[in-house]
Parts: sequence; C-alpha cells; structure tokens
Amino acid sequence: MRELLQTFFSRLTSVFRRRHHDDDLTAEMNSHLQMAVDLNMRKGMSAEDARRQALISFGGIENVKELYRDQRGLPMLETTLQDIRFGFRMLRRSPGFSLLAILCLTVAIGANAAVFSWLEGILFRPFPAVAHQERMVALAGTARGVPGFTDISWPDFLDYEKNSRLIESFIVDRITGTTLSIGDRAERATGSIVSANYFEALGVHPILGRGFLPEENFGRNAHPVTVISYRTWKDRYGGDPAIIGREQYLNGVQHTIVGVAPEGFDGTFVGYAFQFWVPLSMQETFNTPYKLEDRGARWIEGFAILKPGVSRQQAQQEISALAQQLENTYPATNRGSGVKLMPLWETPFNQANTLLPTLEIALVVVIFVLLIACANVSNLLLVRSFARRQEMTIRLAIGAGRGRLLRQLLTEGLILSSFAAAGGLLFARWFRNALVLFFPPLPSGIIINLPGKLDWRVLALSAGVCIFSTLLFALFPAIQASKIDLATALKSESGGVVGGSRRARFRSTLVLIQVALSFVLLVGTVLLMKSAQGIENANPGFSTDGVLTSSVDLFAAGYDKVRAKNFRDQLIDRVQGLPGIQSAAFSRWLPFSYVGYLSSPVSVIGYVPAPDENPEVEFNAVSPEYFSTVGIALLSGREFTGVDDEKSVPVAIVNDTMAAKFWPGRNPVGDHFKAKDQSLLVVGVAKNSKYGTIRENPEPFYYIALRQNVSVNGALYLRTSLSAAAIAPALAREIRAIDPGLAPMETITMRQQIDRRSYTQKLAVTLLGVFGGMALLLAAIGLYSVMSYAVSQSKRELGLRMALGAEASDLLRLVMSQGLTLTAIGIILGAIASLALTSLIGNLLFSVSPRDPLAFAMAFAVMAAVSLAATFLPAWRASRTDPVRALRE
Amino acid sequence: MPNSKAEVLQGTLDLLVLKTLDAMGPIHGFGIALRIQQVSDDLLQINQGTLYPALLRLEQRGWISSKWGISENNRKAKFYSLTRSGRKQLGEEAEEWSRMSAMINRVLKTS
Repeated sequence: MRELLQTFFSRLTSVFRRRHHDDDLTAEMNSHLQMAVDLNMRKGMSAEDARRQALISFGGIENVKELYRDQRGLPMLETTLQDIRFGFRMLRRSPGFSLLAILCLTVAIGANAAVFSWLEGILFRPFPAVAHQERMVALAGTARGVPGFTDISWPDFLDYEKNSRLIESFIVDRITGTTLSIGDRAERATGSIVSANYFEALGVHPILGRGFLPEENFGRNAHPVTVISYRTWKDRYGGDPAIIGREQYLNGVQHTIVGVAPEGFDGTFVGYAFQFWVPLSMQETFNTPYKLEDRGARWIEGFAILKPGVSRQQAQQEISALAQQLENTYPATNRGSGVKLMPLWETPFNQANTLLPTLEIALVVVIFVLLIACANVSNLLLVRSFARRQEMTIRLAIGAGRGRLLRQLLTEGLILSSFAAAGGLLFARWFRNALVLFFPPLPSGIIINLPGKLDWRVLALSAGVCIFSTLLFALFPAIQASKIDLATALKSESGGVVGGSRRARFRSTLVLIQVALSFVLLVGTVLLMKSAQGIENANPGFSTDGVLTSSVDLFAAGYDKVRAKNFRDQLIDRVQGLPGIQSAAFSRWLPFSYVGYLSSPVSVIGYVPAPDENPEVEFNAVSPEYFSTVGIALLSGREFTGVDDEKSVPVAIVNDTMAAKFWPGRNPVGDHFKAKDQSLLVVGVAKNSKYGTIRENPEPFYYIALRQNVSVNGALYLRTSLSAAAIAPALAREIRAIDPGLAPMETITMRQQIDRRSYTQKLAVTLLGVFGGMALLLAAIGLYSVMSYAVSQSKRELGLRMALGAEASDLLRLVMSQGLTLTAIGIILGAIASLALTSLIGNLLFSVSPRDPLAFAMAFAVMAAVSLAATFLPAWRASRTDPVRALRE
Repeated sequence: MPNSKAEVLQGTLDLLVLKTLDAMGPIHGFGIALRIQQVSDDLLQINQGTLYPALLRLEQRGWISSKWGISENNRKAKFYSLTRSGRKQLGEEAEEWSRMSAMINRVLKTS
C-alpha cells in the first residue's frame, strides 16, 4: 500500500516537472551512449562503428523515451490536463458563445440553488437553531370522520405527556399576536404561547436572562413574563443591555422581560418570524377565553420530540392508544378525538403545508429552466464540433482514437459547466435575495421567514445537477463528432442545405425541446395568473371595496368587557355621524385573518348525527347592522338589533349551509338549537360567504350577538364610498376623543384583507412568472443561435439561390419558415405536454380549469411572438447575403 | 535472435537490477547493463534502453535511489544504489524466485 502511494505521488509530482525530467533523461542516455562508445573504441572499433554498435545495443531511443514517460507520469492525468488546456483555448476562440452558454447555465443554477435551499429548509431543517429537529414532529388534533385537523386541549396534552414512553418532550406552540407599543411607536407583533419547557426542549439557550420555569405553566395568568426575540431586542429596544427585568405591556397586562432568544432563532413557525413568547399560564391573556382547565377546549398546536431511535409510526401507535384511553375515560369531551404526529413539512398549522406545493412546482420549473439552459450549451458544443470538423478529421486520420476525441469534447462540456456551476454558486446567495425582491409585498406586522440556508448540501446538489446534466447534453454532440466518416469528411463539404444534415436535425430537436418546455411553463404561468385574477374577482360573499376595516387593541390598553362594550357603543355613534359613512359595525373576529374562529358542539332537535359524528360548527359574534355593513344578504329573518342584549333571549343567525344541514327542508327561523350549553334562538338565515379563504368549501357557520357575548377586542367595519386614507384621520380623531390613550390599527379595505390571506398563491404566481420569463428568454436564445448558425453555414447555398434569381424576400421567407416550422412543432409538443402536466397544479388553481383554452391561446401568442423575433434577425441577415462573396468563399 | 539467448521478462529484469546493485554498490545504468551481460555470459540479451524505465519504476517504489556523479572514465553519469527497503525487497524476490524455479523444475521432472 505504502509503495503504491509512494509511486502515485512520485508520478504526480513528475506531471508538473515534466521539462526538468525530460532533460534529465536525455542527459542520462547521452552519458550511457558515450560510455558505450568509449568502451567499443577501446575494443578497437572505429569511431563510426563504435557509435553504431552502441546505438544498436541501446535500442530505439525515442521508443525508450516514450516508455519512460509513460512510466514516469500519470498518462491519464496528463491527457486530461492537455484536454483542459485545449478546451480553454477553444472557449477563448468563441468568447461570445461561451459567455452566453455559461451565463444561461449560471442563471439556471442560481435559480436551482435558491429553490433547493428553500425546499431543503422546509422539508428537512426548517428550524436551524433547534438542536434535534430531525426527531421533531408536529402534533395536530383529529376528529373522527371530519377531514382536516383540529387542536388539542391542555388537560389532554398533560395526560399524553405523563403517559408517553416514546416521546422525549411535548411542546406547546400556539401562535398569538399583540400590539407592541414602545415609546410612541405601536406595531403589531407576532408571538407564541409556549409550554415552559419550550426553550430547553429545543436546545435553544437565551443569550440574556432565562427561558421559562416549570411552574410558569400553571396558575391562571399567574406568570406575566416574556422572552423576546433577538430581532425585537435589537430593533425595538435598541439592543438595551439592561433589558432583563424591564416591564412591557402585552395585551393589557404588564409583563416582565425575562430573556432574549439567541440570534437566528425566530421561533418554530414556518413562514413567520416570532417576536415574543409567553408561558402557557398566560393563555387567557393571549387566547381568550380561559381554557386551561377545560378538556373540551382544543386550542393547542405544538410539537413532540421523539426519543432517539423511535420512529414516528411507533410513537403514533402509542399516542393513538393513549387517545383511545382518554376517549374511554372522558366520553363527553373526547368522543372521536385523537392526535396525529406529522413530519414537520406537513405541519398543518403553519405555512409549511401551503408553501410546500408552491415550492414543488417551483422545483419542477427550475429544472425545466436548467434543461433549457443545458440545451443551449449542447447547441453551443454542436456548433463548435461542426466548425472543428476539419480538425477532428485530421486528428482521426493521423491515428487519434475515437475515445480520445470523445474525452476531449466531454472535457470541454465539463469546463463550461464547471464555470457555470462556480458562477451559479457564487451568485446563488445574491440570486436568492434578488428573487425575494420579486415577492409580493408582505402584510404589515409579519416578518417573512423562509427557512433554508445555502449550505454545502444545497450547493453540492446544485453543482452536481449542473455538471451531470451538461455532461448528458455534451455526450450526444461528442458522439456525433467522433463518428466522422473519414472517407467522406476528407472531401471538403462546406455548406449544405439549410437544416440538412443529421447534426442539424439534432440541433433542431434541441430547439423543439426548448420551445416545448417553455410553452409548458408559459401555460402554467398564465393559468396561475388567471387563477390569481380569479381570486381577485371572486365573490367572497361580502362587499370587498365599499367596506373598510380597522381595529383598536383594547386588550393591550387594559380594557375589561364592560369598558370595551361602552367604548364600542360610543364609537359606533360617533363614526355614524361622520360624513360619507353609511353604516358601521363590529365583529369578534375578522374574516380572512390568520387567527381561526372558535367552534362549538351543536345539537338541533330533529337532527340525528351519524354514529361517530360530533358536530362542531364555527361561529362569529357580530354587532347590529353587521350584515348590512359588510354586505351579506339575509335569506330570511332579521339582523341583530340593539334589542338583542344581555337582558333578552340569546339569538343566532345561521348560514345557508347550516340551515340546509340541520333543518333540511325547513326554515330554522324561530327554532332553537344548543351550542355547547347555551340555547340559541334562530332569528335569521344569512347567505353563505367565505370565512377564512377564497378556496374553502361551504361549511356550516353561525353568528351570535356580540352584545350578548361581549369580548374585549373586535374588528370595526365601515361602509363608505370614501377611501381608507380619507377615513383614517377622522377615525383616529373620534377614537382619541373617547380615550386619548387609544389609536386605531391600519385602516384597510376588505379586499386588502383577502389579499393578505392569499399570499402564498401570489408567491407561486410570482415565482412561476420569474422562472417562466427566464425559460422563455433562454429558449429564444437557443432558437436564435440555431437559426443564425444555420444561416452562416449555408451562405454558399443562399448565395447560389440569389445568383440564380431568388429575391431577398424569398430568402427571408425560406429562413423564417424554417424557424417557424420548428417553433410550430415545439408548440404542438408543448401543448400536448401541458395537457398532461397542468393538472398537477390543479389544487393551486381557483376558478380556472387546468386546460383553460384561453391560457393555451395566450401562451401560444407569446411563444409565437418571441420566436418570430428570434428568427427574424438571422433571416434578415440571410436576405442580405452578397452572392459574389458567398460563392467565392 | 539465436534461441540460446533469452529475452528478459519484466519482473525478472527488476530482480536482476536489484541483485546487480546489491553486488556492485552504487553504479550507473551502463554499468548495470554490462554487468548483467557479463554475469550471464552474454546469454541474457537486453535492449540496454529498456533498463531505464525499469530503473525509474524501482526508484518510484523507493527500492533504489539515484544521484548524479562522475564515472571511472570521467563521464558525468547517474549512479543508482540500493535502499534499505530495496534490500529487503531483493531478499523477498530472490526467495520467491527460488521457490518458483524449484517448483517449475519439479513439475518438469515429474511429467
């Protein structure tokens, strides 16, 4: 072994000291011959004979030198180095083409690296600062027979924690929000209610102060402490070193800042960066009403960290068994309820599961872009090999092996792709940041946090994909080139017919692929754009443009329910007096916000639920005139009025779907139903509207009267023809007149509110748009280079045609028709592929069929226009061929 | 080429060179060629040139070392000498060779 190594290194060093060694060998051989001649002469030979004899005994000098060289260096390495040197020379000879190809690849690789890094971030390592994220799974509640996911109650959670043997730790992580006002600056902040073990279980150590203590899980609102994020500490508190112990009002309660999380830890929520954390005992303050002792109140989202060596399936079995026990012990609250352990990338309660399909599509798209870029490189190599026909022929004729030629051409391909890979990786970070610039603007109060780092894994994968794909594409031109038939090649054959030979056919195939791929991308982009437009134009079931919404964070200001109710009554009176306001109303929850509605188990006399069904319906609490202000039509009955207050019968308005489900064929108005323990009198039926997202299916929903179910916070709605900007100052003035310490949040239209919720949809459109544009540009470059090369190669033919009387316009037509035929076939192939592929994005589409003819037509128009432009220039050049010069060349 | 003169197999050449260096001490390529011819009574015919790749091979393996010096006739020449691991190698190869030839002899006699 040691000998082998020694030999290898000795050989390796010789590669780089070739000249020195050559001289050495020559000197040694000369000395040998000299001594042989001396000896022969001493034996009495003539000088001439002595020399001849010495040479004969020595054998062929050149032969020995050759043998010696092979023994000395590493012949493989030497020829490779030779190939590389030669390759560089060839690249320098056509710098324009080389640069273009490298640039195309660089862009494609940059795009790939960016998307890989996001995918890797969301799939495998969403929380870089967390110690054992590979053992972390998401916890989601399930209800038997009901699709989708619910949450988990705290008593259940504690039971799971106590009885599980396979899970190392259970973590509560429930998103919440507050208004963070420091000095005179008030801003929305996103945070989380977490179990006391949160930081410890995740292996995240606060850089200042501490995490939470075990006792801070318990006692109703007993531990008003908070840990803030590094970013919040820097941005909002100016990095104050004496921050620990400082008091801060959060949701109206004075909290003590006990810790600052380390830099780079933004919480455990894919999509948003959290700014603060509070312990579980503060649940009521951040997630009213009080639920900590109620086994039926499911509100906890969170994670579990499995013990080392435990699989998710094993842990799931254990948890399901525990859930069954709980169901047996507490049938009233736990009928049909369970817990599912999910891999992090399927986490239902953060953006992972909405971002993932988007990124998957982006991945397919960037791979398309890469393929198109590779086709361009392949094209470039073909051009090169054609121009070098003569050279190849001669090399073959004087005895070069075909394998050697093949290797030479592959080396050149490799040089190109290595350059591009290096470039792509250098620019990947920059490219990623540039892509983020294209992202639609973020709703206020949200800091986007797409996990994913450009680490060696991502970079290696991108480089690998690039080099592999270029080699693949370089292989065919190389094989073609090495297949030269000497006999015919030596008879010079410059200038065939436009698009004649087999090589030309291969190049045309490449263009076909490019056109087809870009067409698919175009169709996808148009579909997503139409779908985004569809969402824009979709009727959510309420007015979007004539209605403004705003809110005042009374919670943060320390209001109780009574004061909040008085404040709202006064505010409604005041704003209704403002010019331009037609009506005003409040609701407990704002539609299309991240925070979900509450739900209640309902029972209706006459409705028999299915054996395992535990009907739960979501609801909102709304003020009088809510329906007329927001613009939801009532199908029968009446709105809530000022009469519906704490002194009168509790009332409810149900939606269309709920009426149809629980009162089939009957009008529920005047009937009662039970929601949890409360009996409600149905006074109206409202038309269905969308409550959370545009794409949701109609579900049962009901409204209760806000005045009978007072909450501290709520959203304000104003029906007006004025703009938000015109209303906001007046609104602020009226609010200050009631309480000088209060200020409204941003005033926006309901349209804007919907837009904020469809952010991922927009992101998908943006990404596809950017990548689709890239693909189109690359394909255009490919088409252009093929056509202009074809023209330059058939100069002689074009000249001949001209000499024989063809007009410039004839030649223009000839070349154009060539290019456009290619495009047409490409588009047909692309259309076929699109029909098969676009159904894959069906779940991202809204109100557009994946086979929407208009999308196909638009993609066709764009593709046709681009190919016209790409073909016209070469064709125009062809039409200006000078026949005399072309024939003489 | 007369039948009585054998061509040298590659592996054998290595052994011959090592043995020559062991017997003669530091010596140049021409000297090695002469010595092999003399010792074998001119029965072994080598192309003197092929000696050089063999010398290189042995040097790469670390069995011999070389340095430039002056020959007995005042010619500049490269002198080769056996290294310690070369001596060890020689022992092993010589033994291997004896075993091999003994075995072949036995086979030839019995059949």
